[in-house]
Amino acid sequence: MVTATPTPLARRRPTGRPVLRLLILVVIVAVVLYPLIWMVGTSVKSQEEIVNNIGLLPERFTPGNYTAGWSNFDVSFGRFFVNSALVSLLTVVGNGLSCLLAAYAFARLRFRLRGMWFAVMIGTLLLPQHVLIVPQYILFRTLGLVGGDWPYLPLLIPQFLATEAFFVFLMVQFMRGVPRELDEAARIDGAGPYGIFRHIILPLSRPALVTTAIFSFIWTWNDFFRQLVFLSQLEDYTVPVALTLFIDSTSQSAVGPMFAMSVLSLLPVFLFFVAFQRMLVEGINTSGIKG
Amino acid sequence: MALTTAPDPTRRGPGSGRAHPARRGPGTIRHREGLAAYVFLSPWLIGLMGVTAIPMLLSLYLSFTNYDILTPFSEVEWVGLANYERMFTADPSYWHAVRVTLTFALIAVPLKLAAALGVALLLNRAWRGVGLFRGLFYLPSLLGGSVALAIVWVNMFNRDGAFNSLLSLVGIEGRPWVNDPDWALETLMVLAIWQFGAPMVIFLAGLKQVPTELYEAASVDGAGRFRQFRNVTLPMLSPVIFFNLVLETINGFQGFTAAFVLSNGTGGPVDSTLMYTLNLYITGFTELQMGYASAMAWVFLLAIAAITAIFFSTGRFWVHYSDGEDR
Repeated sequence: MVTATPTPLARRRPTGRPVLRLLILVVIVAVVLYPLIWMVGTSVKSQEEIVNNIGLLPERFTPGNYTAGWSNFDVSFGRFFVNSALVSLLTVVGNGLSCLLAAYAFARLRFRLRGMWFAVMIGTLLLPQHVLIVPQYILFRTLGLVGGDWPYLPLLIPQFLATEAFFVFLMVQFMRGVPRELDEAARIDGAGPYGIFRHIILPLSRPALVTTAIFSFIWTWNDFFRQLVFLSQLEDYTVPVALTLFIDSTSQSAVGPMFAMSVLSLLPVFLFFVAFQRMLVEGINTSGIKG
Repeated sequence: MALTTAPDPTRRGPGSGRAHPARRGPGTIRHREGLAAYVFLSPWLIGLMGVTAIPMLLSLYLSFTNYDILTPFSEVEWVGLANYERMFTADPSYWHAVRVTLTFALIAVPLKLAAALGVALLLNRAWRGVGLFRGLFYLPSLLGGSVALAIVWVNMFNRDGAFNSLLSLVGIEGRPWVNDPDWALETLMVLAIWQFGAPMVIFLAGLKQVPTELYEAASVDGAGRFRQFRNVTLPMLSPVIFFNLVLETINGFQGFTAAFVLSNGTGGPVDSTLMYTLNLYITGFTELQMGYASAMAWVFLLAIAAITAIFFSTGRFWVHYSDGEDR
């Protein structure tokens, strides 16, 4: 990301025993990846093999768990995926838009009480969502939005109102790195605050927007607590909430399908990871260190 | 709201008093900028008021009532401090949840940070392939609090899960870890530690900031690797350690998904995984004691604020900033 200034690596120290280090790292990688590989392996094992074959990979590749899991409930898993995708994508849009607007004001504009509002924003950064969930539930229920015609409103409204302070903060940090001279030049050309936002900040904030979009998608896709609280109808369930249905069915026969759906549910995040690995890691670098 | 002193964002017509020549008056650049700022801020302000501040005040009020969502607001009974009294004196499961959460955070957070720092030190060299390792270690953190991962974890530590299969290879008889009250929470701790990737990446960034000259100077003074680590790396890294410690502790207190999945939303076996937030969820949304749950939420908020404050007040004794702003 842009705010990360490249600094020389501490690489001039004697490197010790590189082979030993590599060996240790490979062992740790094996431990870290084992559960994930085991998950994928189990998802293509037959029921019999799940019980008897303790190896990571199946002796016979059995894709049946995927079809069985897909239609394990009254509602197809496809529906849950569509629901999750809808919630996640709209969250991306909402977070990107609303946080960018707020961040522009905090980073570039002078206004009364700026210091106070900024402190309040930072304060909400550490506010646990569990504290707000009970009153928010009551609020949205009173407004008739829980289980209503569009059950995702309680999940989405906060996202369109820049309540994800982390992203506001991230964008403020980013915008502080955009040279002020650009604003001055635009101002001389007659641009006001709106023009500067539209023609300078918006185009230049692309990297911050992309980082926000990626994290916002992944976090919403993985989020469970809010979706568990606000979604009550089976056909409205998102993927994480639907996955817990498998736990309810106590029979062991559902392990294969459950694993298959678990693998599928992680697939979008995994694909994001593969595509944006560099950006993700640098994203938490910069957001983590600065400030 | 502070609209009495702040420019009103709704009053932003282009003609609003543009004839005033006064420096801070309407029509000046400064004034226009102030108005524009509040326009840009308005979604955030509405969110702050509507989704954060007012709900919080509502929850503070409800914490003194016996609200259960089924009875209308007009019939809600004010019970004074009864909820707080019950919490602190008459609800053993509340204290149990506090103990479970503290145990979890006290053990899992330091081990997770140690793992993160250890691996970061191993990766803090420039060589081909380091990026691949970094990414692979980060992957579990990214999948983080997902239900799918918790499901896998629970099954891996089942009676006939992968972990026991591995143990049997070396001749150790396993046990049904997740169903054993003595081991269920430990299983969740291992899951948390396994996700050391996020703090690791932050440690790596911090390690890159340590000036090489310091190591050279220490080395000239005859300091070995361990002394270099103790006297150069740790102090230089202390702001990053501090940041990770605060962040991971707060995260640790909020653990919910894995505990929910492991116990199917009950906190079992025998309440061994009854994390604070899970207890709050059960109280508020299963038992519908929303007044009581609000009281729990407020104590939680104050506890987190207090712990953060303690971190910050003790931090100045061991966190060193290289720009000389130690105190």
